[in-house]
Amino acid sequence: MAGRPSIPTNSSALIAIIADEDTVTGFLLAGVGNVDLRKKTNYLIVDNKTTVKQIEDAFKEFTTREDIAIVLISQYVANMIRFLVDSYNRPVPAILEIPSKDHPYDPAHDSVLSRVKYLFSAESVASDRR
Amino acid sequence: MSGQTQRLNVVPTVTMLGVMKARLVGATRGHALLKKKSDALTVQFRAILKKIVAAKESMGEAMRASSFSLAEAKYVAGDGVRHVVLQSVRSASLRVRSHQENVAGVKLPKFTHFVDPAAGSAGPSNASPSLTGLARGGQQVAACRAAHVKAIEVLVELASLQTSFLTLDEAIKTTNRRVNALENVVKPRLENTISYIKGELDELEREDFFRLKKIQGYKKREIERQMAAAKQFAEEQLAEEVALKRGISVGAATNMLVAVVEIISCDAGAPESHLFIEWRRFCFRR
Repeated sequence: MAGRPSIPTNSSALIAIIADEDTVTGFLLAGVGNVDLRKKTNYLIVDNKTTVKQIEDAFKEFTTREDIAIVLISQYVANMIRFLVDSYNRPVPAILEIPSKDHPYDPAHDSVLSRVKYLFSAESVASDRR
Repeated sequence: MSGQTQRLNVVPTVTMLGVMKARLVGATRGHALLKKKSDALTVQFRAILKKIVAAKESMGEAMRASSFSLAEAKYVAGDGVRHVVLQSVRSASLRVRSHQENVAGVKLPKFTHFVDPAAGSAGPSNASPSLTGLARGGQQVAACRAAHVKAIEVLVELASLQTSFLTLDEAIKTTNRRVNALENVVKPRLENTISYIKGELDELEREDFFRLKKIQGYKKREIERQMAAAKQFAEEQLAEEVALKRGISVGAATNMLVAVVEIISCDAGAPESHLFIEWRRFCFRR
């Protein structure tokens, strides 16, 4: 279809992370971290010194980079840039909100889960098309 | 409804009728196919919805487990482990492979994670040569890594479900819009056009019939008129002849002839023309 953005078939893509230090450390330990030649990282550690602008920039950068397939973002960080996360609607890279250690996970804030909920209710109405 | 009154702007001919009928058949078939597609997508969509909800729950579980194991590792190995990890990042060994899956003509992205053994051999990700937690707590660090890898597994699965969900959602919307457009706009319009052409053709036929009838009547009247004229002419000639023969005026001869015809027509029997001939013979003999 013409309107839909094409899905790139990539043999090897990265996972980007925007989260607090502990979460990032854990995932880096698992081996998702990547630093390229220009010292560009695929993760952003959010602490109390990180400004919203920095998070926004990182989010925009990760979502436009070609070699990133999934962006993991802590939910409390996602709440800071909620408007950006909600207005993002491309299939790739996928935005995934993850719970963080200090902040309990709230499904109501999740952009996709709220959409799921919305669709569940909307679909029962729209299921009979006529 | 606004769609009810619409029709295509076409010339009402038999050819156009055939074209419109073919288009209606095509639209009906397309509608049926699209509806099937929409149903197939919806089935897939519901399955994915269920999976997403399940995966979100298991994600919470996996994240909690990994957080705990990280806390354990930090407790045993000391807070310094964090800096070691952060400093020794080179290139990712745990990567994602994306490929497409085709569901009823809709391409869904699927992610699978895999460990790239070539990359990150100097980093913390590779199991054996890592120096992280060498002094103490190596086991906890390894457990922490395992837990996080497991979490990544779940997250990657969830991500692929989520992207499929978004893509399918979009595809279903488009398909439903098309189904509705075909059903409520294209098909009624074609049907209206067909009925319009049929009506127009019927009208033409009636017009033709009427015209033929009219011409027929006109011709009939013309023939009658000519017959009457011929008859009058014959009578006048006869009267003239009689007037010449008998030496009376033409008017008197005509009156006489009329009187004779009236007398004869009182008798039932022979046709008029025959009687005229008799009458003429009688006149000549005298």
